[in-house]
Amino acid sequence: MSDHILLPEGSIEKLTTTLNLGPTHPATHGVFQNILELDGERVMKSTSTVGYIHRAFEKLAERRPLYQITPITDRLNYCSSPLNNMGWHITCERLLGITLPKRVDYLRIIIMELSRISDHLICNSIVGVDSGAFSGFLYLMQFRELIYEIYEEVCGSRLTTNIGRIGGFERNFTNTAFEKLDKFLAEYPKQLKEFEKLFNRNRIFMERTIGCGAISAERALNYGFTGPNLRAAGVDYDVRVHTPYSSYDDFDFSIPVGKTGDCYDRFLVRNEEMWQSLSLIEQAYKKVKEFKGTDAEIFHADTPAYYLPEKKDVYTKMEALIYHFKIIMGETDIPAGELYSSVEAGNGELGFYLISDGGRTPYRLHFRRPCFIYYQAFEELIKGGMLSDAVITMSSLNLIAGELDA
Amino acid sequence: MSLTNELIQQKLNDKFGDQLTDWVQPYGMLTFTAPKGLNLKVLQFLYDDAELKFQFLTDLQAVHYPHLKGAELAVVYHLHNLTDNIRIRFKVFTDIASPDLYSATALYSSANFMERETYDFFGINFLGHPNLIRILNVDEMDYFPMRKEFPLEDQSRVDKDDEMFGRGGADF
Repeated sequence: MSDHILLPEGSIEKLTTTLNLGPTHPATHGVFQNILELDGERVMKSTSTVGYIHRAFEKLAERRPLYQITPITDRLNYCSSPLNNMGWHITCERLLGITLPKRVDYLRIIIMELSRISDHLICNSIVGVDSGAFSGFLYLMQFRELIYEIYEEVCGSRLTTNIGRIGGFERNFTNTAFEKLDKFLAEYPKQLKEFEKLFNRNRIFMERTIGCGAISAERALNYGFTGPNLRAAGVDYDVRVHTPYSSYDDFDFSIPVGKTGDCYDRFLVRNEEMWQSLSLIEQAYKKVKEFKGTDAEIFHADTPAYYLPEKKDVYTKMEALIYHFKIIMGETDIPAGELYSSVEAGNGELGFYLISDGGRTPYRLHFRRPCFIYYQAFEELIKGGMLSDAVITMSSLNLIAGELDA
Repeated sequence: MSLTNELIQQKLNDKFGDQLTDWVQPYGMLTFTAPKGLNLKVLQFLYDDAELKFQFLTDLQAVHYPHLKGAELAVVYHLHNLTDNIRIRFKVFTDIASPDLYSATALYSSANFMERETYDFFGINFLGHPNLIRILNVDEMDYFPMRKEFPLEDQSRVDKDDEMFGRGGADF
């Protein structure tokens, strides 16, 4: 590789081929560009360009009251919007000093873990598609549909969910939601097992992914990796364990780690995390079922000053109308404070750095987007590898353009 | 022995004396301010020290405080010690006329994009950064949009005829 002679920059003739992978290439699964210098099929050098769908979220957030920022967070990692929503609600609740009833925490865990599953299943099945195995994608996709139907039961929308409120949920889970959850818990493990049978010991898939796009634990940490990509490199860092939120410490679950940090390990870690999420959902669901009578009606904390009341109450109850008006018209000031709060999102540590000066909107809000931070390693990961490895590395990093650009 | 906020403060005070100021702990996170020229030294010490080991740069961004004359821009570092699981935050204030700070890219590869983003939105000039160019905004942009002198558009303005985007026109 190194004994090739490269012509000086600017000369018309050159020994390498320049290839634009992106911004709208089917293999990038999102809008971002990689300018590759190829020697044959080998990547000599790459330059990543991001920012194609930058939407100025941080600036927008400076004029929005807290509850209006939730829809913005939807559009970060849009494969797992509820995780972002919950992360934002939890940040607000920490700032406002709201503690949630246990049932709400458990319901949130159900939604968050469903959302993690929907995120990982997309990523893993796309790794399959990019390596030439399409059927796994079709097997799992129907379950993302089922997960979206559960979201729909809870909040009314599917992709950009805007799920929940500061202080809890907008409504209690309906019976249909629980029935769909039962269906999911009964059928998904079988399908996931089948998916694993298709891939995990598949010779072609293993040859294709082992050793491809590998990163050591030290480099991964230095590059600010978090989430499954860091754990695949062998570091057991998980925000759910290190800084528990939403009563994650009430549950038993393990953090799968890999060894080599290559595409295969990332794939296995994500698969194993889906199993852990399934077990978390089952545990949380069991605890939810233990609430009987009026306890089973609790779906939000008693914080009328910040919790947007149900529409039904707004029309019939004086108090709800007052609070609705105060919240919507932005008359509720948020306390001054400075807070960094993070949750384990689909791709890693999704952080919210919120500075409030006591007005109705944040003075400054910064999103720590895991994708944006670990994407810098991409140039190093693909250097010297084949072009097709670059494609598969990209999909196994689970790069989501919405999260890259904010 | 696990690390506590007090211990970290003690160690930093031993090293840097009274140059580090404004020690507070909002929501339990140790926060302090370092003088402008010292940001890299503080980072290096936090990184290298055998006990502190703040080797994970969680986040890096800036805040604009137009009313603080001579210290309008603050760059905020969030660091994480993964072994003892403790986070700290420190800020470096700089005047807006010469917002030059040392780059942390030599310590943390992750600082590369984050510093580019901070430059892009606030115009902080990170000295020693290998490739300090705009990252999310267009290259032609000649201002730094997250600064407070650029307010968002007034939503109640009526002078804008923009029928394509549902604003203006006869029945609006």
